[in-house]
Amino acid sequence: MSTIFGIPTPALFGQVLIGLINGSFYAMLSLGLAVIFGLLRVINFAHGAQYMLGAFAAYLLLNYLGIGYWPALILAPLIVGAIAVVIERTMLSRLYGVDPLYGLLLTFGLALILEGAFRHWFGAAGQPYAAPPQLTGAVNLGFMFMPIYRGWVVIASLVICLGTWLLIEKTRLGAYLRAATENATLVQAFGVNVPLLLTLTYGLGAALAALAGVLAAPIYQVSPLMGTNLIIIVFAVVVVGGMGSILGAIVTGYVLGILEGLTKVFYPEASSIVIFVIMAIVLLVRPAGLFGREE
Amino acid sequence: MAVGTQYLAEQPKLRTTSMVLGAAAIAGMLAAPFFFYPVMLMSVLCFALFACAFNLLIGYVGLLSFGHAAFFGGAAYVTAHAAKVWGLEPLTSILLGAAGAAVMGLIIGFVAIRRQGIYFAMITLALSQMFAFICLQVPFTHGEDGIQGVPRGYLLGLIDLNQPLTMYYVTLAIFLFGFFAIWRIVNSPFGNILKAIRENERRAVSLGYRVDRYKLGAFVMSAALAGLAGGTKAIVFQFATLTDVQWQMSGEVILMTLLGGIGTMIGPIVGAGLVIALQNYLAASNFPVTVLIGIIFVICVLLFRRGIVGEILELMRRKTKGVS
Amino acid sequence: MSSAPLLEVRGLNAWYGESHVLHGVDLDIREGETVTLLGRNGAGKTTTLRAIMGILRRREGVIRLRGQDLLRLPLHKVAQAGIGYVPEERGIFASLNVSENLMLPPTVSEGGMSVEEIYNLFPNLHERRSSQGTKLSGGEQQMLAIARVLRTGARIILLDEPTEGLAPVIVQRIGDVLVALKKRGMTILLVEQNFRFAKKVADRFYLMEDGRMVNSFPGHELDARMDELHEVLGV
Ligand SMILES: Nc1ncnc2c1ncn2[C@@H]1O[C@H](COP(=O)(O)OP(=O)(O)OP(=O)(O)O)[C@@H](O)[C@H]1O
Ligand SMILES: [Mg+2]
Repeated sequence: MSTIFGIPTPALFGQVLIGLINGSFYAMLSLGLAVIFGLLRVINFAHGAQYMLGAFAAYLLLNYLGIGYWPALILAPLIVGAIAVVIERTMLSRLYGVDPLYGLLLTFGLALILEGAFRHWFGAAGQPYAAPPQLTGAVNLGFMFMPIYRGWVVIASLVICLGTWLLIEKTRLGAYLRAATENATLVQAFGVNVPLLLTLTYGLGAALAALAGVLAAPIYQVSPLMGTNLIIIVFAVVVVGGMGSILGAIVTGYVLGILEGLTKVFYPEASSIVIFVIMAIVLLVRPAGLFGREE
Repeated sequence: MAVGTQYLAEQPKLRTTSMVLGAAAIAGMLAAPFFFYPVMLMSVLCFALFACAFNLLIGYVGLLSFGHAAFFGGAAYVTAHAAKVWGLEPLTSILLGAAGAAVMGLIIGFVAIRRQGIYFAMITLALSQMFAFICLQVPFTHGEDGIQGVPRGYLLGLIDLNQPLTMYYVTLAIFLFGFFAIWRIVNSPFGNILKAIRENERRAVSLGYRVDRYKLGAFVMSAALAGLAGGTKAIVFQFATLTDVQWQMSGEVILMTLLGGIGTMIGPIVGAGLVIALQNYLAASNFPVTVLIGIIFVICVLLFRRGIVGEILELMRRKTKGVS
Repeated sequence: MSSAPLLEVRGLNAWYGESHVLHGVDLDIREGETVTLLGRNGAGKTTTLRAIMGILRRREGVIRLRGQDLLRLPLHKVAQAGIGYVPEERGIFASLNVSENLMLPPTVSEGGMSVEEIYNLFPNLHERRSSQGTKLSGGEQQMLAIARVLRTGARIILLDEPTEGLAPVIVQRIGDVLVALKKRGMTILLVEQNFRFAKKVADRFYLMEDGRMVNSFPGHELDARMDELHEVLGV
């Protein structure tokens, strides 16, 4: 059996793959956070809960309505996006103009409500969710066996991130979004319905989190706590990348995921904290973050 | 994000009233264990001190720390270890806990004050989560079990703390010490500079203040006082576990402060009392506590951002000023 | 000369927070007219435009466009009623390139200029259409700010000091553009300190002082009133 730095190659690649998968979720979630923050100036603490809701939506659709994975990929984000739209209209929109910390506290409260409610109904233990039959099994890549579903998640997340990036950088809607991030009042004075844009952005960000949740369901178990623990890591990712750049958020997500996977190979005890350590180092060296601008 | 507090100081008449009220409150606290369970009262006192320490930062410097559980829970571990494994005297153990929290505050604060506002909140949250992971892994915290069976011991080697009433009065004394320490800090020249930083950081910089040092100083003090609360809690309840270092605990102390009134001296105490009472009450029902805490968060943020005490002070101010 | 005004402002008061800045401003602009607002620094010219647009929300009085009450409309509906706004600070977006900046304001009615017409009018913008908006020179940014509202089909545009800080040749170019717009029947409310420039295009002048309209006179009287103006404007 071949080895690299004394580590058997399949084990190394296996951990890199796991890191890449985790990185895929970091990237998708930090992307959504950055888009929401850019326009609404709200750190969406409920992002993790919305990710969890996406996974639960898939689980419930399957177990109560017999609706499978593929439709859930569309339905779950729609459901969660709709809930988010209601949240933005009824609550978040009242906080524009006050200290952004209140947005954080509000969404934190919402995250507690959602998490507490699901824990009450389903218990803290995870529920299994099977990958669709088309994506089960593994392929032999020569140097390792790769479960097909994991490959699919990496590709799907790349497509989602790229798609969102294109939406923001290349479309008219994206131009509204970028301009409103700079000066919302002026954009509205030009006749763009900015309040609607804010609502849609929050809905879109939440839908993105839910989509990530559906993708995650067959890999991690569907559990009420899956979101919050993840979102704290994603906060660190966001601090490392700086929220000024969409592309920065995506790249940082993947890179930190892979670094975390590598740490698991070389120094497993540190793997759960490596991202936080990197965050602290980045803050000491470059406080604005790798891709951020000083504000 | 804070409510003005110089108000009381500016009103001589109210000042005497508030001193009378303060004396009455202390008398009430001395008599309380004859009417309520001392254990619950001590729990309120520990959390009230924790919330006051947290409020020192958010209310008077404008920094929202989302990681204060690290200091509270971290100190609890240190105190529990000192009392149980090293067999130290309880007060020494508690002070060691507070000192440990101060050191952690120095480290976490040093990193976190590089960013402001919302980033500061995220960074403190992330660093405290890192600390929670470390606590889960290092042997001295005993992982999921925590440190159990911590002896209350004899205060200064003389006074038996296993007596509930004695323990209560010692806890009360520690609480009052912490509370007045905060009062002194807030009303000192140092405290005035903190408030100036909160009002307008740029101006404070241009006046020549080394803003980062003041922020770090306040952060360390706040951490040490949170540690004082956590260490006391470890002696009172005779254990230290992961619960106290996790993000939920940071959330709880934010809620207590927000509910009572950010930037008011007694708001955090009121908030801590209410939240503990609610938790005790709900423990008997099967309504999930987390959901209720979340609901209170949402209501506070949407309807009364000044908190209970803050809203009352605002009402009084409007009345005395005759503002419509 | 007796047709109802296109834009009618009556007794307009406006506040920045607690500070009361406009005190009962009256203003009429008829279809196709170019009106210039004069006044020294801090007189309230920009505030008047911001109040008309609804960017400044705390207002009282009457603002009507073709009889439609603008005061009640949410901000984005004001532009949709047919007003284009060129702010004093120009408001070019750094995260958009020139062509995205140009295309940003949504069309509000038929009859706006086509992109080709605009690029014919401003060849520099065409050349630099994929540059970042804020990488343009000051003059180019001003042209972009003007060009941006020509596409939308707005029938009236509010221009806030378009020549401020620009070189004479550029001022000249902007003057030509305004004359061309006038020829097309565009209604223009212009804020300008440079009244030699304003004279070329203005049909009428309003004079502001301390948040009030103190005088109004037709364009041809400008020369005769120079002394009076110098006194009020302190130039
Ligand atoms: N954002 C603001 N907040 C408070 N007061 C303001 C604000 N903007 C302007 N003002 C005040 O309102 C008054 C009118 O200002 P405005 O900008 O309308 O003047 P202006 O006539 O456009 O002057 P300039 O020729 O310098 O552009 C001034 O006294 C100014 O100080
Ligand atoms: Mg002006």
